[in-house]
Amino acid sequence: MNILSVKLPDVGEGVTEAELAEWTVKVGDIVKEDDVIAAVMTDKATVEIPSLYDGRITWLAGEVGDVLAVGSDLVRIETEAEAVAGDTPEPIAEPAPDPGPDPAPEPPSETAEAPAPAPRKPAPATPAQPGPPRAEGQAPLASPSVRARARQGGLDLRQVPGTGPAGRITHDDLDTLFAQPPRGRQPGAAAGRAKRSGTEEIKVIGMRRKIAERMALANQRIPHITVVEEVDVTALEDLRTRMNATRGDRPKLTVLPLVAAALARAVVDHPEMNAHYMDDEGHVLRHAGVHVGMATMTEAGLVVPVLRHVEALGLFEIAAEIARLSEAARAGKAGRDELTGSTITITSLGPLGALATTPIINHPEVAILGINKMATRPMWDGSQFVPRKMMNISASFDHRVIDGWDAAVFVQRMKTLLETPALIFVEA
Amino acid sequence: MKTESCTLLIIGAGPGGYVCGIRAGQLGLDTIVVEGDRPGGTCLNVGCIPSKALIHAADEFAKVSQFAGDNELGISTTAPRIDLARTLAWKDGIVKRLTGGVSSLLKKSGTRVVSGTARILDGKTVEVATRDGPRRISCEHMVIATGSKPLELPALPFGGPVISSTEALDLQELPKRLTVVGGGYIGLEIGTALAKLGAEVTVVEAADRILPQYDAELTKPVMARLAALGITLHLSARASGLTDEGRALTVESAEGRQEIAADKVLVTVGRAPVTRGFGLQDLGLTMNGEFLAIDDRCATSMRGVYAIGDVTGDPMLAHRAMAQGVIVAEHLAGQPALWDKHAIPAVCFTDPEIVTVGQLPGDAAADVQTAVFPFAANGRSLTVERSDGFVRILHAADTGLVLGIQAVGAGVSELAGEFALAIEMGATLTDIAETIHAHPTLSETVQETALKGLGRALHI
Repeated sequence: MNILSVKLPDVGEGVTEAELAEWTVKVGDIVKEDDVIAAVMTDKATVEIPSLYDGRITWLAGEVGDVLAVGSDLVRIETEAEAVAGDTPEPIAEPAPDPGPDPAPEPPSETAEAPAPAPRKPAPATPAQPGPPRAEGQAPLASPSVRARARQGGLDLRQVPGTGPAGRITHDDLDTLFAQPPRGRQPGAAAGRAKRSGTEEIKVIGMRRKIAERMALANQRIPHITVVEEVDVTALEDLRTRMNATRGDRPKLTVLPLVAAALARAVVDHPEMNAHYMDDEGHVLRHAGVHVGMATMTEAGLVVPVLRHVEALGLFEIAAEIARLSEAARAGKAGRDELTGSTITITSLGPLGALATTPIINHPEVAILGINKMATRPMWDGSQFVPRKMMNISASFDHRVIDGWDAAVFVQRMKTLLETPALIFVEA
Repeated sequence: MKTESCTLLIIGAGPGGYVCGIRAGQLGLDTIVVEGDRPGGTCLNVGCIPSKALIHAADEFAKVSQFAGDNELGISTTAPRIDLARTLAWKDGIVKRLTGGVSSLLKKSGTRVVSGTARILDGKTVEVATRDGPRRISCEHMVIATGSKPLELPALPFGGPVISSTEALDLQELPKRLTVVGGGYIGLEIGTALAKLGAEVTVVEAADRILPQYDAELTKPVMARLAALGITLHLSARASGLTDEGRALTVESAEGRQEIAADKVLVTVGRAPVTRGFGLQDLGLTMNGEFLAIDDRCATSMRGVYAIGDVTGDPMLAHRAMAQGVIVAEHLAGQPALWDKHAIPAVCFTDPEIVTVGQLPGDAAADVQTAVFPFAANGRSLTVERSDGFVRILHAADTGLVLGIQAVGAGVSELAGEFALAIEMGATLTDIAETIHAHPTLSETVQETALKGLGRALHI
């Protein structure tokens, strides 16, 4: 077992530091190579950082909001893998609790200073704790009364650092933990709650107003019909993992390029979906080229950059284009031509993808495909439960021009393509 | 047959079962304890308590015997005599008082006691053969607390001159020559007591030393005392049976075959869990060797079935069973109880006594240091004419955390509480060293040992 670090990569030209925007893992989580472990935000963009190894997370660099230097350790992973070539492999020494000074002059107990429960004083014991409070396999040291109190309070002492002699967990350590408001699920921890009053006015202007108008237009004019279906994406994920393993310098494939490709393939048989309903003019324009809008969240709000001619792109080309467009959109640098002209749209909330959504159609398009969260679920295969990677898709259609039957058939077609991804690439 | 029901049914009213019953009753659980014999189990009836009574009587007798001869204290008296029948009556009185106490404590807690032998029908039902006929009891939870019994040697089945500890504690007449097979703590405790009362005692042990679970350092003072009492040791020797006329024990060792004349042969080669003959095996519970496997809430592999005490394995000690009994009762009452003890103290009432708590020197662990302080440097020890033995503390080299404490010496059993408390509290050497220990007591030695571990002993 090695402990290897994933360093904060160079996330953009001239970027020397980035702010931690999100952790998608915590200490103790098992990750696979390529799993997203964190999102970091530079002044230009938010970038997801994938794991370089299969293994167990033993250490995180900080809390969301902390600023990290490029090249510094982001997470440490206990892994059987060898360090990735090009990455300095120095195995990290076990973050042993520092042995401390000789037993000679111990400073007076730091707990003595705060006799009364000072409200909201940042806990002195916990913050700078790098990783688990003690070496693995080492039992927490605490007196029977401390142990009993922890049991009563539902606290796992293995996760509690001890400030007493020899790392003993004291009543003061528990006081500190139980006093912490955010993680404390203690019913009695209502201290510090107060009523709030006042109202803040937020002007709906610029991009936000534009979004509001378009949403209102779509919702007023288009009677939506939404179909939700579950898709077994195990095969798709296998394919993706395999392609990523041999991708070389090419950008990493996410699920999105595969869904876009499947969509481009599906509309060959369903040209009615790749269309604009010009409701004011009273006709439908079916398009030959498949221009897929990618609903993208930016700091300013939702924008929909457009992948042009997906029917003519390879998977890695789509991936590269998605990366380029979303980067441009997030940086606010996407040009007008990059933000208009879509013929059908995909919307995905990524890891927040929910069980199902009711996507709003990007007027004047007639269909939108929502991607929901992927999860491994037990599925009955006829004789036993087997773990399968399942993902729901939620598609909305303009019911004025798409009948429920056609909507259902199209969703079934998408399901078939995603479940047997080879079909995406088979000529019609 | 009528079927009674209860929430908790405990099979066995030994230290584990009766404590579980009392605690469950206190917590308001509708509880029944089934016991085929008197309450109190091995401990009160044929174990801890009667053996300590016998040891006390033997010590008093030995003391007076010593005064009958030349002694430094200048006391003179005539040689004592003992009426063993009366001693046993006194001992039985203590046992009766304690078992009666257990019954009334159970009653006070609201727990019912059913007298009779239980037979398990399934994980929720038991049939009890009572004097008034069979009774069927169904329960939501069951606790197996059936304890253990003396292990028999195939070559020396119990009966006739071959006795177990149970009979040895009830000898109406002192055997002239007693041979003890098995040099563990039970055999040595009883053997020493009978030797003090005047029996000619021989101990046969298969290992190369007595009390083989302890290190040689710890058993050395006991060896010396055995020799002083005239007890003969045959180490690395195997008892292979009685001679034809049953008047001697045949023993085989490297020196060859040998016959040791004996009026009684006490076999104390260990104890076996009571798991057979009452339907337990039909439950098909997961075993841990010959013992019932349990988790940290004493739950067995069957939902609703718990096990405590000797049936769950070593160390087979009453106080372990009691602690388990409390945990099960509190767990069933919905409290967050679980087994998280750091140490189980063990006391060996030989002469001198041995106490061990926590890690022993043999327990492999890196960076462990040892501090030893002898009773020869303790004032109180000299005033009671017993300066043999020592206190030993194993501690972490870096933090001074106390990992194990052992002592051998007269009266050290009463130090077991301090030792266990130190380890359970996570004490460091400094904690012990900075605690004032009363003068003049044996416990000062504990403080001095800690000081010695810190490199600043005062009285050596």
